[in-house]
Amino acid sequence: MARVIVDVMLKPEILDPQGQAIARALPRLGFSGVSAVRQGKRFEVELDGPADEAALEEVRKMAETLLANTVIEDFSVRVEG
Amino acid sequence: MSAARVGVVTFPGTLDDQDAARAVRLVGAEAVPLWHADHDLKGVDAVFLPGGFSYGDYLRCGAISRFAPLMEELVPAAKAGLPVIGTCNGFQILCEAHLLPGALTRNASLHYVCRDQRLKVEQTGTAWTNAFTPGQEIVLPIKHGEGRYVASDDTLAALESGGHVVFRYVGNPNGSLNDIAGIRNEAGNVVGLMPHPEHAVEELVGAPSTDGLGIFTSILKNLVNA
Repeated sequence: MARVIVDVMLKPEILDPQGQAIARALPRLGFSGVSAVRQGKRFEVELDGPADEAALEEVRKMAETLLANTVIEDFSVRVEG
Repeated sequence: MSAARVGVVTFPGTLDDQDAARAVRLVGAEAVPLWHADHDLKGVDAVFLPGGFSYGDYLRCGAISRFAPLMEELVPAAKAGLPVIGTCNGFQILCEAHLLPGALTRNASLHYVCRDQRLKVEQTGTAWTNAFTPGQEIVLPIKHGEGRYVASDDTLAALESGGHVVFRYVGNPNGSLNDIAGIRNEAGNVVGLMPHPEHAVEELVGAPSTDGLGIFTSILKNLVNA
């Protein structure tokens, strides 16, 4: 069993109004020194077998097909451990 | 001659299928219910993808619907020329299915917007807009939280130069790039827009106009002349 993490983020050029709203809320809560916040998604994918290169390739395909919309989002895949 | 048959798709969470079917019948066509889990387009002449929150908008709006069994039939049929229109969630599904370029993201204001919206009809050369006149201003209801149209600079430039922007907002409600409210594919048989023509077909229900009828008379005209 292995756990693979897929992080999905809006591409840098795509406006992230949710991240902006969070960034604006922080000073009101007393958190200073934050210049920007971007919000994304994290998927934890549990595999039946080991996270070998073939399995990771499958997860990348998964990310590209469903987890991320590559028109507006970038993704990264890594093994947790 | 038998009536033109327009399929109206229902996914789990679709809201506007009954209004769409009613609008189809109002112009004298036959509305054919299509079910998301069927591999069957029932031989329809055109397809209407209505709005709503298909599959609860989980992951991204339209992301799961895109893989519904019905879509496996619809995508190749649309690529082969079947007239298809998607409104609101239907537009989001068409983008997720890559039948139209770009994507719909969270409104810039972060607010759900529900109001009557003025639009300009930019393109009347599509299967769904030939009953309008170029530059005509119409009013349709909008109701969405994720209607901000975005696309890469290259895609936007191609949409503009190719005349693929079909509807533009007059007074941008959601931050869409270039005020884009609706677009078409290269061939003009696939159109997507955020506003709701199916909610503006009868004065009786308090609609701001009956401008939405133009969408339905367009497709009828298109099918009858085909």
